[in-house]
Amino acid sequence: MYLSRLTLSHFRSHKRVALALDARPVAIFGPNGTGKTNLIEAVSLFSPGRGLRRAAAQDMARRPESLGWKVTGEIRGATGLHEIGFVSEGGSARQVEIDGKPASQIALGRLARTLWLIPAMDRLWIEGAEGRRRFLDRTTLSFFPDHAQLALDYEKAMRERNRLLKEQVRDGHWYRALEAQMARSGAALNANRQAALLRLARAQADATTAFPAVELELVQSEGAMPETETDLRHALEESRFRDIAAGRTLVGPHRTDLYGVFAAKGVPAAESSTGEQKALLLSLILANARALAGDIGAPPILLLDEVAAHLDAGRRAALYDEICALGAQAWLTGTGPELFAELGARAQMLEVTEESGESRVSGAGSAP
Amino acid sequence: MSRRNDPIEALIELMARLPGLGPRSARRAVLYLIRKRAALLVPLAAAMQAVADSARPCLNCGNVGTSDICEICQSEARGNGLLCVVEDVADLWAMERSGVFRGRYHVLGGTLSALDGVGPDELRIPQLLSRIEAEGVSEVILALNATVDGQTTAHYIADQLEDRVALSSLAQGVPIGGELDYLDDGTITAALNARKRL
Ligand SMILES: Nc1ncnc2c1ncn2[C@@H]1O[C@H](COP(=O)(O)OP(=O)(O)OP(=O)(O)O)[C@@H](O)[C@H]1O
Ligand SMILES: [Mg+2]
Ligand SMILES: [Zn+2]
Repeated sequence: MYLSRLTLSHFRSHKRVALALDARPVAIFGPNGTGKTNLIEAVSLFSPGRGLRRAAAQDMARRPESLGWKVTGEIRGATGLHEIGFVSEGGSARQVEIDGKPASQIALGRLARTLWLIPAMDRLWIEGAEGRRRFLDRTTLSFFPDHAQLALDYEKAMRERNRLLKEQVRDGHWYRALEAQMARSGAALNANRQAALLRLARAQADATTAFPAVELELVQSEGAMPETETDLRHALEESRFRDIAAGRTLVGPHRTDLYGVFAAKGVPAAESSTGEQKALLLSLILANARALAGDIGAPPILLLDEVAAHLDAGRRAALYDEICALGAQAWLTGTGPELFAELGARAQMLEVTEESGESRVSGAGSAP
Repeated sequence: MSRRNDPIEALIELMARLPGLGPRSARRAVLYLIRKRAALLVPLAAAMQAVADSARPCLNCGNVGTSDICEICQSEARGNGLLCVVEDVADLWAMERSGVFRGRYHVLGGTLSALDGVGPDELRIPQLLSRIEAEGVSEVILALNATVDGQTTAHYIADQLEDRVALSSLAQGVPIGGELDYLDDGTITAALNARKRL
């Protein structure tokens, strides 16, 4: 799938952008601070969630006006052509429109699949479990659009239960009712994650790639993850007294972590070199994209922020070859055009400049 | 156009607070009412006053009516052993409009949510439990929303009734609440007939 049209209005540093695009990768270059990441952040809105910076809608409004913003696009994929629009007015949450009608984030997830890799993820393997869990869930969501709703349902039921724990409520029926909801969504959540890891493993095994394979495993911060809905319900019930003491829920898929191993070396990802850690992530994104292409008949949109700069020339050429073989519309950013020389005519180039606080995008596909 | 204590402006402001109306549609409605003063405005004002004087919740089921015990609860014929539990009076009215359900109702007045400070006692759940024996209920139909709060509430009630009465829920995927209004009678009938035993 790919974006064939993209417009930005008062989005971050961009006042007005109108791009006509084809399915090829999009290479974006320009000096620091000109608005490259802002541009691909707008593209990241085309999948459910708060975008690649996880920012609030009001932070995306162009300063100093801070009035509101609008992003629209035309997405072409296995389900045909869809017009998608996002609007935020006066600091309010963004509204989604699909083909002219108000739509939910969940509906959006069924149409558009987007995967990204950004510099903030460089420390993913060595920082807290929360970031890895988020990465895991984005991957899982890309395979299973219902994952977002399950995650919301689980989160909601858990917050309700945590409130009962904090207030030391003793009504066993109430706990049981919430634990039943948590067990239903939590077990499905866990099954989706397991299935996603299986797809990644298969996609890595089936491919010849220049990027190193990663072995992935789900681990619990404590004990084992109950496998079935019934097991999870019982585990929650058993944990109730301990949870009251802790003031929060200590068992369940919210305590799952993603453990990665550099397969060829048998070394944990967290103990690999900086460059290796990045290569492992890239490898996973590419495997995810290949698996999705098989599943839904079209590769997802990829957003690779400043990936080129961290790779040596050989790896960079290999990355470009793999993206082109996949046929993915990968949005790549870098400070200069030389970083994309190996792509040549296989990509569309966009140059981003800045003039008195306003980003300008020009290039083959940009409308005047 | 407006002084603050102008009664027309005051009416527009009040109307604009109604669900589904905004300032613009409220203004249009008020203008329309003034033009139809005898046919609409005067009878409407009288009807509103009458409702303001008499509307009250049914002490038994929570329906809104004009007497302490509503017509449905008073009717012998509707004491057929079926009791349909709904979140809101709007759900009850939507079910009634379709005319397919011939039993009685129990309106909870919301859903359980610790985060919103709504517990079992805020929801008329104790009254529900005491109605089972008092009215000889044989089956309780849980017609609650498919949201986490709705399903938690359904589970909470089912948990306490399972040994005392048959339990069922409306067929999955049927949106209720305000949306029940938009369903045709056939869909509501189908949801009721396809109800699942719990
Ligand atoms: N809401 C906003 N309104 C106006 N400008 C903003 C807003 N949010 C961010 N900016 C500015 O946009 C500029 C460009 O940011 P962006 O992250 O896109 O740069 P970049 O081209 O990716 O640079 P780098 O190469 O350093 O990563 C920054 O100077 C930032 O301060
Ligand atoms: Mg950047
Ligand atoms: Zn009644």
